Amino acid sequence: MSAADIPAPTERLVAAQQVIRARWLKSRYLLSGPALVIISIFGILPLTIMVIYSFLKAGDYGGVQWIPSAEAYVSFLFQRDIFDGTLTFSDAYLLIYLRSVLFAAATTAICLILGFPTAYFMATRPPHQRQIWVFLVTIPFWSNLLVRTLAIMLIIRDEGLINDTLIWLGLIDKPIVILYTNFAIMLGLLYSFLPFMVLPLYASLEKLDFRLVEAGFDLYATRGRVLRRIIIPLARPGIIAGCLLVFIPAIAAYVTPLVLGGGTHLMIGDLIALQFGSSRNWPLGSAMALILMAAVMVALIFYVRTTTGKQQALHG
Amino acid sequence: MASPTLTGNADLAVPAAATRGRKPRKALDLKYQPGFGVIAFLCVALLYAPIAVLTIFSFNAGNLVTRWGGFGFHWYDVAIHNEGFHHAAANSLSIAFTATIVATIVATAAALATTRTRRWPGQTAAFMVINLPLMVPEIITAVASLSFFALLASVLHLNFGLGNLMLVHTVFCIPFAYMPIRARLEDMDLTLEQAAADLYATPWMAFRRVTLPLLMPGISAGGALAFIVSFDDFTITQLVAGPGQTTLPLFIWDHTRMPLTPEINAISTILLGISILFVTLSFIIARKRRG
Repeated sequence: MSAADIPAPTERLVAAQQVIRARWLKSRYLLSGPALVIISIFGILPLTIMVIYSFLKAGDYGGVQWIPSAEAYVSFLFQRDIFDGTLTFSDAYLLIYLRSVLFAAATTAICLILGFPTAYFMATRPPHQRQIWVFLVTIPFWSNLLVRTLAIMLIIRDEGLINDTLIWLGLIDKPIVILYTNFAIMLGLLYSFLPFMVLPLYASLEKLDFRLVEAGFDLYATRGRVLRRIIIPLARPGIIAGCLLVFIPAIAAYVTPLVLGGGTHLMIGDLIALQFGSSRNWPLGSAMALILMAAVMVALIFYVRTTTGKQQALHG
Repeated sequence: MASPTLTGNADLAVPAAATRGRKPRKALDLKYQPGFGVIAFLCVALLYAPIAVLTIFSFNAGNLVTRWGGFGFHWYDVAIHNEGFHHAAANSLSIAFTATIVATIVATAAALATTRTRRWPGQTAAFMVINLPLMVPEIITAVASLSFFALLASVLHLNFGLGNLMLVHTVFCIPFAYMPIRARLEDMDLTLEQAAADLYATPWMAFRRVTLPLLMPGISAGGALAFIVSFDDFTITQLVAGPGQTTLPLFIWDHTRMPLTPEINAISTILLGISILFVTLSFIIARKRRG
């Protein structure tokens, strides 16, 4: 139904619609209640418990002891000497956080460099082709991340497709080590999150008013200038949304470093999981998760402040 | 949009002499940017190459994961006769179906409450709560849920078994189901519902016979998305799952810890196929009546 089919609202129509809206309004708590209750109990309450856990002492075999302590936050930055208990500054965890931020930033930048031309190209196709392109990018967006990452692993490992082919061609004698390197993680992150950049960019480029581009050309702008001064500024909301949608999951990536980093090139996500697994230090893991959450919040607040509250629909 | 010929532009004008004897130069393509098409094709190639390799080698009859040993369905045969696979598939399906059904129903109700009404105090807060699971990184949701269920087990001696996973999955499925339903509701106006009311339909009948059928594409698209995100989830499931609660992604992961055979390609391809099927469904349903 398009807006043109609807006759101009008469007073009676408006009044009747008010009645219907009022009717729905009456049951608003009943209708939104179940979703809110489920998310509050099984989504928000666990986050609250995690905050509490971060201020407790670690249990001997995992879990926590109900003794208040700031040890988790202290041990994030300092190492306690096991004999005399003195604290020395330790940057081990901090470095992993820094690495993750760098990886996420680099992934975001490369995704933007590759994703912008892709989204622009998609948005300038005829409508029918556009649908196909969007569909092609949407499929990996929703496909199983673990499976996609494993596919990369199978290709780049020592006995993988790339090394096998190069050896077969006689270009190399022994396999080039690609798996379990920083390069492998970067490749994996790029591959995982590229669609997260392309789709929001496409959403904003599709709405681009090409009369403005035409005006630019009329005023003797070159193609490069039109791109820099007209197209990119108009696509800004999409660029910001895309960067955020790549940066946040990239900084908290768990699967990619797990599969392609092989436990030697840790990122924050794996470090947190490790505290709940073999390291058995739940308070430290909770504290680390909260520090990560704080970083994500900063990024989100930045997003809310730079956009004017317009919601970018991702899908459909 | 008409493309003007910008002969005045020194950068773009082509001297008549240069074009003589050749096809006349096309009018300026406003939208063209050099090299962008190449990058677009490269990106799609990058996105699909690994998936394609995985799929091709799932039909490998040989024993090596990425060395071709002839075409065959041998490893599919091995995969679907694997006890562990059956068990994992049953777990995955029961979790995904429960989470999808619950999430879709509560998301539909919540979408009605946040779009069909006048603005009400707390509406923005409700919207934020519903979308919260999208904002929180998966690994944080995972460890928070793990802490929560550990606490339930130790203090209240409560353990829902597979229900733990169903509950967590429902939470993060709700916003995925909510998005397309809300989008659909925002496209629908109130006139038809009002016409039903004019024809003496009770509110329930107006909903049942008018609003719900019109909303169905949004509900199906949302349900399909909820199903995929639940079915594909690895991070949260891995941390929350107790012994014996292996889902398909966990099963694949356990498999990579053993010597690799093309069986992993076959199972992975099955999983990919299911994801692709549901995305396609959701895509088609969501686009259908929009034109």
